[in-house]
Amino acid sequence: MAVEQLDIHLVLMMPEILVAIMAMALLLLSAWTHKGGAGVIHWLTMMTIVAVVLVIQVGSGTATTFGGQFITDDFSRYVKVVMCLGMVLPVLMSADYIRGHGMDGGEYHVVTMFAMLGGMIMASSGGFLILYLGLELMSLSLYVLAAWRRDDRCSSEAGLKYFVLGSVASGLLLYGISMVYGVTGGTGFAEVASFLGKPEGHGSQLLALGVVMILAGMGFKIAAVPFHMWAPDVYQGAPTPVTAFMSVVPKVAAIAALFRILFDVFPTYHVQWVPILQLFAVLSMAVGAFGGLVQTNIKRLLAYSSIGHVGYMLIGLVANSQAGAQGVLVYITIYLFMTVGVFGLIIAFDRQGLGENISDYQGLARKQPVMAFVMAMFMFSMAGIPPLAGFIGKFSIFMAAVKGGFIPLAVVGVLFSAVGAFYYIRVVKVMYFDQPEGEFKVTLSGGGFIVVSLSLFMIFFWGILPGDLLAWTGASVQAFH
Amino acid sequence: MSANLLILLAPLTGALVAGLLGRRIGSGLAIAATITGMLISAWLSIRVFSVVAVGDGPVIREEIFSWIVAGNFNVHFGILIDRITAIMLIVVSGISTLIHIYSIGYMADDPDEPRFFSYLSLFTFAMLALVTSDNFLQLFFGWEGVGLASYLLIGFWYKKESACNAAIKAFLVNRVGDFGFALGIFAIFMVFGTLDYDRVFQMAGAGEFKPTVDFLFFGDVDTITLICLLLFVGAMGKSAQFLLHTWLPDAMEGPTPVSALIHAATMVTAGVFMVCRASPLFELSETALGVVTVVGAVTAVFAASVGLVQNDIKKVIAYSTCSQLGYMFFSAGVSAYAASMFHLMTHAFFKALLFLSAGAVIHAMHHEQDMRRMGGLAKKIPITYGVMMLGTLALTGFPFLAGFYSKDAILESAYAAHTGLGTFAWIMGMLAAVMTTFYSFRLVFMTFHGKPADHHAYSHAHEAPWSMRGPLLVLAVGAVFAGMIGVPLVGEGWFKGAIVLGQGHDALAHAHHVPFWVKWLPFGAFVVGVYLAWLMYVRLPTLPGIVAETFRGTHRFLVNAWYFDRLYDWMFVTMAKKIGEGLWHTGDETIIDGFGVNGAAKMCTRIAGGLRWVQSGYIYHYAFAMIVGVLVLVTVYT
Repeated sequence: MAVEQLDIHLVLMMPEILVAIMAMALLLLSAWTHKGGAGVIHWLTMMTIVAVVLVIQVGSGTATTFGGQFITDDFSRYVKVVMCLGMVLPVLMSADYIRGHGMDGGEYHVVTMFAMLGGMIMASSGGFLILYLGLELMSLSLYVLAAWRRDDRCSSEAGLKYFVLGSVASGLLLYGISMVYGVTGGTGFAEVASFLGKPEGHGSQLLALGVVMILAGMGFKIAAVPFHMWAPDVYQGAPTPVTAFMSVVPKVAAIAALFRILFDVFPTYHVQWVPILQLFAVLSMAVGAFGGLVQTNIKRLLAYSSIGHVGYMLIGLVANSQAGAQGVLVYITIYLFMTVGVFGLIIAFDRQGLGENISDYQGLARKQPVMAFVMAMFMFSMAGIPPLAGFIGKFSIFMAAVKGGFIPLAVVGVLFSAVGAFYYIRVVKVMYFDQPEGEFKVTLSGGGFIVVSLSLFMIFFWGILPGDLLAWTGASVQAFH
Repeated sequence: MSANLLILLAPLTGALVAGLLGRRIGSGLAIAATITGMLISAWLSIRVFSVVAVGDGPVIREEIFSWIVAGNFNVHFGILIDRITAIMLIVVSGISTLIHIYSIGYMADDPDEPRFFSYLSLFTFAMLALVTSDNFLQLFFGWEGVGLASYLLIGFWYKKESACNAAIKAFLVNRVGDFGFALGIFAIFMVFGTLDYDRVFQMAGAGEFKPTVDFLFFGDVDTITLICLLLFVGAMGKSAQFLLHTWLPDAMEGPTPVSALIHAATMVTAGVFMVCRASPLFELSETALGVVTVVGAVTAVFAASVGLVQNDIKKVIAYSTCSQLGYMFFSAGVSAYAASMFHLMTHAFFKALLFLSAGAVIHAMHHEQDMRRMGGLAKKIPITYGVMMLGTLALTGFPFLAGFYSKDAILESAYAAHTGLGTFAWIMGMLAAVMTTFYSFRLVFMTFHGKPADHHAYSHAHEAPWSMRGPLLVLAVGAVFAGMIGVPLVGEGWFKGAIVLGQGHDALAHAHHVPFWVKWLPFGAFVVGVYLAWLMYVRLPTLPGIVAETFRGTHRFLVNAWYFDRLYDWMFVTMAKKIGEGLWHTGDETIIDGFGVNGAAKMCTRIAGGLRWVQSGYIYHYAFAMIVGVLVLVTVYT
């Protein structure tokens, strides 16, 4: 085979290549500079991400390389930008947290970048193998990140749990892939899809088993019930910036991979996967709503909250339509800003030595009304109360469900969001109506201020004028269906 | 702006100034504002009366503004002044002005004076809007407006529990009537497609409507009868007719000027006015007219009989009002609308006079209202005694005073109707006339004659100040001459097109030709009544006790006003409370709160607890859950 016949267009992979090279370069840099170079690495990371975002914007339309194994299209570009934001904002807001908790030294930034790289590969994957490759790169990095604070028992426990359970999930995923391969004789999305398009591609029991396994594996990554059990423990145990990162980027990546799998590979099998995802959605919403009711730790509370949010996103996938896909992207984008904003505040509280218990925020509104107000806005947005953006997210999802004929699912979703609203609003209640016990002097770091005010602005802006967001997401999902 | 519109707006402006700025500008200026408004209104009313009623001016019709436009529902706010309205204008604005002035003295020590005057003017505005309306919706607006003002004024002393209860009772009982009234208006719109008097009456006269309509579970009923009866239910509520009368005696909890203005002279006559105004409709339904006659006649006797035994000076007059309204209704029922309006006018003068005199007595006796604790006051307050006597004579139909003309016109019309119901009404009217005279003189004798019962109060009794005496004297002149001057009202065709009479409904025209004895029988009734009252309360003061003892059952029946309050209390209040409590305890607390709200909350907490228990922290539990999940999925979905 002649070289010129090889289907290799590295240009299409420029963002990934850039991230990989920079990550390795920073790793070397950190090895030489020791602690003194931490600040430099921090800013170099920022600049790298900015560059990556710019590079992502280059090119348009759909193109594939490596024999269809790697895809860039409007969807992957959109998702990668979201992932970049999901990576850079937590890093930006937690510069002094990292310093203060002995996490500096550069490796933290590098591992985070590797995790994001894995996610980006997943979003662009054109076959099961490359998908698995990206997934493992991301997962392994996350295991390390979760256990970053070696001296902290909770953190080590979180990393270990995540690793063991993640391995089980990876096993399930691989098992499912192997069955698909066994039936169809291929691992590329296009090959599998074309096989399934033929008459003999229907009704295979084994293939159905494979689909279930793959969904189970992916369900673990997005913490959908019943594969969610790790989430509360890991969210609570992991260092706060890692939790912030973990609650956005892996979810975006896994959802993006699900888009590829469901809409590109198994569109003809929707009778199979729609009920499964429907079950995931209902259970996730239920656990997200009820589980949060009794939590006292804010990070644990947010873990249940994220399980609930995943449930809503799954409704968009269940709708199996362009509107549903668009709803998922809208939801996840808004979710990114809400989550990052809240974690930004949690890090600010941590700076003043306040704990992670909700009761630590008692009477915050008396002492620091602005801080309490911002927190209240994030909570209201998460609960889905207009005119904040959280409402727009839920609205697009439910609209898609209703249009797709999944009215009971939408009703159930609204009911669970009412239950869930309780624990969000309880945080507000604690801040506004309980008596303060001590003094508060909560201040945001420079980066934290930028992140929190940007997030606050976005949830107000998109809550009132969601037009741009709807246009972008709408354009990004044109490729599907 | 037209001068006619100003008749309404002047009192409204006064009400707003006194009500909103009263505290800032002080009660003196607030009172001045309301009285200025009333004087303007009264002066303009007299002017328009002289044009329309005294002169031969044309009927005034003005459209003020388009009020509601929705599809084919089109209502404007308008002014219609024909001769019926002209009379009402004089009565309402004239008496209201006098009562505003009277209240200066009566309410002098009350800290809430501006509020009081504001309400009074508000009432006047609503009443004027009611009488000048040219469509049914504006009529309803005024109707509800006077109801509101009545509620506010009865409960004016809101710290008194009985006053608050009375206000609520008045409002609720009126709601019952207003519900019927509103249904009537809906029916009119449904049948005729408009609410304008002119259009409705014209179409009704020409027979341009569906003869029957389907009403609830009654099946097909006669359209006009249905409309008239529904409207009449409203009139019964507002004019305190039999069955819906219970609020009026209680309404006496309000300050006396209020009783005089609202619960004697004006608001309670709104029902009569409405029936006369809707005469083109009522004339088309014999059934409706029959019901009006019977209800009116029964009310006349019922209220008079209860008035016989009351000891509260204001309650006697209240029942008297109720009874006189009965006269007006049965007069309308026999198609003698002109006699109705005539009596409405004369009654306004002498009944306001009686109430205000009673107010002067109460004022003199330091807020004592029980007649048993009065007596011999004639010497201490001779002017009050004089005007009250005039009012009593006018009410009881002493020759050539106001009531003599109007009441006789009513009774003669009932006799001349030559129908079964007419004769029934006539007999009841005569009976009521005897009782009217008896209780009126009983009141006078108990209050002003005999020996003082309470010497301390007696010795401190004093004549009212001039602000109160002035209106009394003016009203006394009215009570004397209103009948004589007003006689033309019952002449043929005085009301022109405002009152329409059906074929053969000519009771009033024949009233002049009744036999001699029918004409003088009311005077006989007067003589009998006075004699009995004199016998029992002057000649033999022990006699009432003996009579009451002898006819104990009857006496108790009357004192308790035929037990209506207790019946309603048991039938509606207790029942409603029981249903309410049932809904509260069982429906709300047990079912909605217990199973619904709190139950759901408890269930949520329990589920959450369960989830927490599952979330054990052991890694093999988590892995186990995943495997179980996969197994279930595999089992169910492949």
